[in-house]
Amino acid sequence: MNTPLRRVGLAMMAMMLLLLGNATYVQVIKADDYRKDPLNRRVILDQYSRERGQIISADSVPLAGVEKTNDRLRYLRTYPNGPAFAPVTGYFSTIYGTGGMERAEDDLLNGSDDRLFARRVSDLITGRDPKGGSLQLTIDAKLQQVAYERLNGVTGTVVAIRPQTGEILAMVSTPSYDPNALASHDVDAQEEAWTSFDADKSKPMLNRSVHESYPPGSTFKLVVTAAALAEGKTKESEVDGRPVITLPGTNTPLPNFNDTTCGNGVTASLEEALSKSCNTAFAVLANELGVEKLRDQAAKFGYGEPDLSIPLSVVPSTLGPIADKPSIYQTGIGQKDVRVTPMVNAMMAATIANGGVRMQPHLIGKVLAPDLQVISETDPDEVDEAMDPDDAIALRDMMIKSENNTGGGGKLSGVTIASKTGTAEHGEDVKSTNPHAWYVAFAPAEKPEIAIAVIVENGGQQGLSATGGRVAAPIGRSVIGAYLGGR
Amino acid sequence: MGSPVPGAEGTPLAAASSTSPGLRPPTRRSTELFMLAFAAMLVTGALILVEANQEQELSLRILWLGLAYLGLLTVAHLAVRKWAPYADPVIMPCVALLNGLGLVMIHRIDLAMADVKLPGDRVWSAAAPKQVLWTAIALVLFCTVLKVLSDHRTLARYGYTFGLLGLVALVLPGVLPGFIAPEINGAKIWLSFGAFSIQPGEFAKILLMVFFAAFLVSKRDLFTIAGRRVLGLDLPRARDLGPLIAAWAVGVSIMVLQKDLGSSLLFFGIVLVLLYVATERAVWVVLGVMMFCVGAFVAWKLFTHVQVRVQNWLDPFADPSGAGYQIVQSLFGLGTGSMFGAGLGGGRPDQIPEANTDFITAVIGEELGFVGLAAVLMIYMVFAMRGLRGALAVRDTFGKLLGGGLAFAVAFQIFIVVGGVTKLIPMTGITAPFLSYGGSSLLANYILVALLLRISDAARAPKSTPKPRPQQPAIADQFTVMVERPK
Repeated sequence: MNTPLRRVGLAMMAMMLLLLGNATYVQVIKADDYRKDPLNRRVILDQYSRERGQIISADSVPLAGVEKTNDRLRYLRTYPNGPAFAPVTGYFSTIYGTGGMERAEDDLLNGSDDRLFARRVSDLITGRDPKGGSLQLTIDAKLQQVAYERLNGVTGTVVAIRPQTGEILAMVSTPSYDPNALASHDVDAQEEAWTSFDADKSKPMLNRSVHESYPPGSTFKLVVTAAALAEGKTKESEVDGRPVITLPGTNTPLPNFNDTTCGNGVTASLEEALSKSCNTAFAVLANELGVEKLRDQAAKFGYGEPDLSIPLSVVPSTLGPIADKPSIYQTGIGQKDVRVTPMVNAMMAATIANGGVRMQPHLIGKVLAPDLQVISETDPDEVDEAMDPDDAIALRDMMIKSENNTGGGGKLSGVTIASKTGTAEHGEDVKSTNPHAWYVAFAPAEKPEIAIAVIVENGGQQGLSATGGRVAAPIGRSVIGAYLGGR
Repeated sequence: MGSPVPGAEGTPLAAASSTSPGLRPPTRRSTELFMLAFAAMLVTGALILVEANQEQELSLRILWLGLAYLGLLTVAHLAVRKWAPYADPVIMPCVALLNGLGLVMIHRIDLAMADVKLPGDRVWSAAAPKQVLWTAIALVLFCTVLKVLSDHRTLARYGYTFGLLGLVALVLPGVLPGFIAPEINGAKIWLSFGAFSIQPGEFAKILLMVFFAAFLVSKRDLFTIAGRRVLGLDLPRARDLGPLIAAWAVGVSIMVLQKDLGSSLLFFGIVLVLLYVATERAVWVVLGVMMFCVGAFVAWKLFTHVQVRVQNWLDPFADPSGAGYQIVQSLFGLGTGSMFGAGLGGGRPDQIPEANTDFITAVIGEELGFVGLAAVLMIYMVFAMRGLRGALAVRDTFGKLLGGGLAFAVAFQIFIVVGGVTKLIPMTGITAPFLSYGGSSLLANYILVALLLRISDAARAPKSTPKPRPQQPAIADQFTVMVERPK
């Protein structure tokens, strides 16, 4: 009987060999396919259970951090003071993925970025749990908070940039949302929050600073002026000053705001035209300069850049097709098909403030390792010489005058602001649609520390009677005041 | 039944020294103790790793688990020392390691499942404490068998009784009403008594094996001599083979009707091997495999649940969230574990259904990787080979047949369950001996171990020890192959 027993033993070994062979196939050869299969929730669960890096502001206020939990995801993403910073931080959701900086720098925050490679290897050897790297943003937490509070109750944005470096000091979009609700480990709570944000007509999850573009209105006159200065015009150059003109080839009148006259009613100086924001002057001036020069100058300020990334992607700003004469006239006053993001408008203000040198706007100040050692620092990056330095000073002076001519509350004492307002008509029926109110500015004018763009969609509570000066300027001034006063 | 072995009374070492010490083979009990201590060390290490990786503090709960495990090991060792002093020293450590690892994994799955939201707000009830309780009960049974059954040949006398009991145990869940024999996961194989439920089929497996071994030993000469030659094949007479075929057919068909495909496959294989070993004729295996193929084909034609199993085996990804869910999740776990695994406590057993029973080897494959799974398979292999060695060495045919059958049963069961979760063969619900959570499986397998130890004790005990020889048919004695160990 021992012979068959031995054969049974051989059969048992053969079965084990089969099992081992098959296990090798599954766990070694096919392992990668199985691990990376989209139906395999392990990879994503792993990612969500790893300690994600922090996002902190320039003044080291935590904007996004983690809290330890006892559930299987182990770490809960938290956003102290979430809504104010949501346009910057974005959200981190187990169901809906990521947004904002959470998406743009996901690799770094979850620890898979190449910049963390050496640390990952040492984690592997020492058996430490891998952690994500952290980000220190250029955002000034106090300023962001102030701007968010000033925009309370209206739909709009504030973008603030340090002109010399391109650091984005604040980027607010209202109404906002609470990313904490999307980071919840309670699946039902997440779904409920997402559905309610998604269904909200005021689009709280839209980052209007970079993902929405608006007609720039009179703020575009800065582009036209810059182009004119580049063509040899000066502050004193005489431009059209009529209260109303007719668009060439049509019967459509193009009046000044409130039908005011500019200068002597026939001509006016460029400085006066800008400071009083005369429509007729700039419509005619744009036509004189021609489409090419307008596009050129606009591009130097950042219009039309297809992959501007801060590293949130910024939708391109555009002048539109400008197909005929009337279009040029309208483009000159920032109407027709001209669209600009608040980010690019803020860049324009910053460029003028910086003596015509355009700096790359950016949100990331420092990239930090899990142990908060600095891995890299963002150096200021010069993109373009948008204006001649003398022209930039001339334009600044005109903007100081414009600020002095602008009404609205919240004027600051002791500091000179250079600004331009805009009241942008939009919609099918422009006369009954509330205009957008713009304010772009920088201060102190002599030695600028901050450049901002403010837009209040549809004039806020002012409705049809809204103007940039009445609605947007007070917000902008108080943000500037808070920044300059806070130091 | 049976009288105690004289040499086994008191301490075996004292008994050995009192007679002729030079001729007595060593009992190797200290070797066993050393290996048991090693197994305990491995299990304790695994338990600490699980706790550490799950970020739970080392709570009293694990102390309790660990102490219970150590206590049970000590009892098992003392029982073997007392009642089967010459038993193979490797078998018990293998069992202890598998049982301990099973406890750790079940505890680990408890930790994972505690965070999972179960449908209907149910709370996961921890299985590890119950498994400890079952282990304790199993050890009581183990000790009882070792104590009461001082000579395994006694069993042969009650062959028919065991056979009948086995069939009754098999049929019981099928015929009893639903409140006491509920249908769980499509199979009606459980008897439920309040909080506890047992699977009589697990015990039937052993009872029927005893019957088949006893029957075959008493009839094996008739099979080879008294048969007729049909088509060049020596067929035994119907009246000799009748009871065997009847019991086999009844057993297999009951399991098939209860939709317990794994057990029927296991049972079929065991009987085939017993038949082969008893008759030493490979033709039975050929016939059996042919029968199996025909039977499998018919079952596939007749039963939709068989078709579903086969379909899931061929292409589990055809319905990854439905019928193929279990096997797909198992493959994902194994693939993600890859070569070295996610680490104890680092896997996602909550993703794998039935993780602590049928799929526990998949969880091991995920957390310990291919290396760990292979190690577990090797432990089973060592265990089965040691059992087989006892069968080879024992002097009586009944012991050989029963021992060989028991050893094969463990190896074959592992082949079916691991083959199932790694998609080598179609998945059939079956437990991994000692590893899986489940009372009846544990009880039955500890009885199996007791029998194997008893047989290996008989094989290694000094021949001079006078033993009462039970009455056996004279004709069977003639065919007994006497094997002497060289030492």
